[in-house]
Amino acid sequence: MFYREVGQYKTSYAADQALLPILQDRIGIAVILLIAFVAVPLTASNFALDSVLIPILVLSLAATGLNLLTGYTGLLSLGTGGFMGVGAFACYKLTTIFPNVNIIFLILCSGFFAAAIGTVFGLPSLRIKGFYLAVATLAAQFFLSWCFIRIPWLYNYNISASIEVPTKTLFGLAVTGPTASSTTRYLLVLSIVTVLVLMAANLMRGRIGRTWMAVRDMDLAAELIGIRLYQTKLLAFAVSSFYCGVAGAMMAFLWLGNAESESFNINQSFLILFMVIIGGLGSLLGSFLGAALIWGLPIVLRHAPAYLGLHIRSATVDQSTFVILGVLIIFFLIVEPHGLARLWQIGKQKLRVWPFPY
Amino acid sequence: MRLKYLVLGAAVAGVIGASVPASEALASDSLLVPLFTYRTGPFANSGIPIANGMHDYLNMLNARDGGIGGVKIDVQECETQYKNEKGVECYDSFKSRNPIVIGPYSTGITLALIPKASVDKIPVLSMAYGLSASAVGADFPWIFNPPDTYWDGMSIALKYIAQKEGGGFDKLKGKTIGFIYFDGGYGREPIPLLNDFAKTYGFNVKMYPVPPSQMQSQSGLWLGVRRDRPDWMIMWGWGAMNPTAVQEAAKTGYPMDHFIGVWWSGSEDDARPAGAGAKGYLALNFNAVGANYPAIKDIKKYVIAKGNSQTPKDMVGENFYNRGVMNAVVIAEAIRNAQKLTGKKMIDGADMRRGLETLKISEQRWKQIGLAGFGPPIHVSCADHNGHGSVYVQQWDGKKWRKVSDWLAPVKAKVMPLLDEAAKDYVTKNQPWPKRTESCDDKSL
Repeated sequence: MFYREVGQYKTSYAADQALLPILQDRIGIAVILLIAFVAVPLTASNFALDSVLIPILVLSLAATGLNLLTGYTGLLSLGTGGFMGVGAFACYKLTTIFPNVNIIFLILCSGFFAAAIGTVFGLPSLRIKGFYLAVATLAAQFFLSWCFIRIPWLYNYNISASIEVPTKTLFGLAVTGPTASSTTRYLLVLSIVTVLVLMAANLMRGRIGRTWMAVRDMDLAAELIGIRLYQTKLLAFAVSSFYCGVAGAMMAFLWLGNAESESFNINQSFLILFMVIIGGLGSLLGSFLGAALIWGLPIVLRHAPAYLGLHIRSATVDQSTFVILGVLIIFFLIVEPHGLARLWQIGKQKLRVWPFPY
Repeated sequence: MRLKYLVLGAAVAGVIGASVPASEALASDSLLVPLFTYRTGPFANSGIPIANGMHDYLNMLNARDGGIGGVKIDVQECETQYKNEKGVECYDSFKSRNPIVIGPYSTGITLALIPKASVDKIPVLSMAYGLSASAVGADFPWIFNPPDTYWDGMSIALKYIAQKEGGGFDKLKGKTIGFIYFDGGYGREPIPLLNDFAKTYGFNVKMYPVPPSQMQSQSGLWLGVRRDRPDWMIMWGWGAMNPTAVQEAAKTGYPMDHFIGVWWSGSEDDARPAGAGAKGYLALNFNAVGANYPAIKDIKKYVIAKGNSQTPKDMVGENFYNRGVMNAVVIAEAIRNAQKLTGKKMIDGADMRRGLETLKISEQRWKQIGLAGFGPPIHVSCADHNGHGSVYVQQWDGKKWRKVSDWLAPVKAKVMPLLDEAAKDYVTKNQPWPKRTESCDDKSL
């Protein structure tokens, strides 16, 4: 009833292939964007922006990056943390080399460095598949982590081997560093994420996305119908790493304000991979749902006892968060192996036929 | 997939959607002191006793004296697991609730908070950890790291080695000193000073970095130590790295009385697991070990006996427990000082900053608070946020720590110029760095 597209006639191929062919989706996205861009900055507290929304957006972008590679192209990667790190350190170097260049430009540029590195580590992907490729990307992760500690040039010979983000302004407004307000940083992160995810969505419904999905479904068949595997896979690595790199640069510059090698270690890679798996492989919506669940739920669980007036020790809360999150992950994977995004699809179908299921 | 699952899923999503943080009732009649702790994760062995010590001393003041100056202290823990992201999240969750001081208990988190502190007007107390250069009060008005910086610690370790080698620093010439360190912000801090000393006095340095992911597998590294045969080993370790290193050293047969840990590598739990092999292991320290102090007896009486603490009875008086107590003493004395200075009972972060900046804990004062001889005299000023106090060396006798040296003063002639240089470097690299505008109470600036 709510999702019925009765009466929405498509009279051209363009309309049929539109990004959001159904009116309800268009309205829904518009409402979500309106809330995200207008309502949230007006109402949310600094804590909600700094510790909940900005991290979720940044991690969603990284998850989107990995989803392009793992979910859409079927190439399992464990190097996400490393590629994020490349973005962060590249952005740091760029800000020191070109201190007067617009910071948004530099954040996006650092994505290209990550893309280049990602392409190099994607080279083995033509010859090895599945778990073996995962191991190859794992090597990338360890190698990059090693670089972030062992190449002092990357962090300008800082004694602590950490990168400290300088204050950068945009139209006279501080956007990075301690003086930047949470709202400014949130809006900037949101804008970058929106534009990039919109680009990804368009990429996926076009020729490139279709070749990726063909390779995922059966690479031999894809090759037979004329898709060049090597270029396709490398392009997937490049685009995926670009997204991860931008996410990493945003993590250091717009979220934490400081970063070191440890922020981009193997755990980060696994975290993003879990987000993608739980959110839904091969779904952009899934990247957001997964990031929201894995980052947001522990925060909710941490603050829930105090909210309910219970006094539970912080360490106990932290331990139980692990347990509850783990149980929830298993629960979701059992009831819906295709991730949270699939749940939304099912819900959409139910809404469509409700209240007369047939 | 049934509808009920869907509803369940939607409910979970709804909970996430409502993740606006719980704004706990702002207690207007108490001073909020957040404690960043890590009772879980790979650093918990170091984190638990420190958290307990801080927690118990402050709560003892609440129970015995009704707080400080008649105002209760609201002690709230936030679990960081020694992770920077979590530490920043903890900081953000406390920021709007008027905390009077933040103690991150992690060099990494301290580094992340240093630029934020001056903007949010919240003083950061990183007691003998964090950024060494933040001791320069002119550049870092909101950061305090008494009683010693890592550079002071390194200079004292080298001084002790020189003494054992028979005198002054010139005795170090031609020797090889191994430096095993946690390969993160914390372990890397003392390297510039170590290299500077090596250049001046002509000894060799061998570096043995331990990456955080490899803390518990150091056997390869210790094979390297056996090959290189350094005359002395100095360790900057934390968490699970410490007991592993001590055990590996014992296993490789390294002479334990030539192995010195920094003050963060000298807990009972670091030495105990190696059994008899750890006998002779040395560590720097600036707080006394033992429970035979009136204040600690009060902790037992007012807090632990009443069941208001997570501390196991035999942990009281251990080194890191006492370290936590000392950290709490610094906080408490600074609150007292700030109250005296401003005449207000309910102080805020800015008042606390003034209290920390004029903090003096003399030998007499240590005695007054029931901790005679517990720590070195602490003397903070506007110009010097550290004090560069003396440190002693303790040795593990197989059961407990014994003090084996006098209180050794750091080599300030070496440390101070490096500190100023590092502070300048930090400021130039982080332009625009805010100029100090806070006025000074003791006129040392």
